[in-house]
Amino acid sequence: MEELEFFISTGSFLVLFMIGFIFGRLNEKRHLARLAKEQKELNDILCTDLKRYPADIDSSITPVLVTGHVVIANDYFKMIAASLRNIFGGSVKSYEALIHRARWEASIRMLKEARENGFDAICNIRFETANISNGVEVLAWGSAFKRK
Amino acid sequence: MIVISTETIPGWKITEVKGLVQGNTVRAKHIGRDIAAGFKNIVGGELKGYTELLTEARREALERMMSQAKELGGNAVVNLRYATSMITSGAAEMMAYGTAVVAVKEQE
Repeated sequence: MEELEFFISTGSFLVLFMIGFIFGRLNEKRHLARLAKEQKELNDILCTDLKRYPADIDSSITPVLVTGHVVIANDYFKMIAASLRNIFGGSVKSYEALIHRARWEASIRMLKEARENGFDAICNIRFETANISNGVEVLAWGSAFKRK
Repeated sequence: MIVISTETIPGWKITEVKGLVQGNTVRAKHIGRDIAAGFKNIVGGELKGYTELLTEARREALERMMSQAKELGGNAVVNLRYATSMITSGAAEMMAYGTAVVAVKEQE
């Protein structure tokens, strides 16, 4: 009986581990490919984190606040990998990738909002990160304006 | 009402500064969403339920801030900042703050 229990508990752990590894990797690949594609279409929007508007601003159109945010969870495999990393120290690659993805997605959503409202530049961009239930939330916001 | 993250508003002149305004909201997560999020924690990816929840919460914080600015007699908020914090494991606080000002449209 004890052997069966042991088998079930380690078995379910291994299954989750494998599912996390396969689907997590697949999801990440698909997500990064989509982000790269969307970034290409939004590359012509000028982005800065400067506090002042550049001289070529069209001041007849009032700038508007644009925001973008996303909550992304890590997969089971990477969660385990990261907790192993906590023992030995060093750079936690799996979380680096997660936050990179989240930040990229948030900034693309912000850029899309600017594009939808007819703006072609954003200044004073700020990023904020918070951790929410095993995942991260990234918020990006800035002031969208039109150039002459 | 104009809400902007910069200190100035192009095309508008700031005639009066009314002071700091802020709005916040604390949201707890929904159990249904939490179960769905639990599955997502296995395969990874976006937690859409949470994203929507936070969009809503942030909008509410912004609205509270704007009504405070209106009470002070301002018609715009400049230098807007957002802050997010986890209060307990189940709830998150969203906060928006900025400076309420009176802005007048510049004549060309």
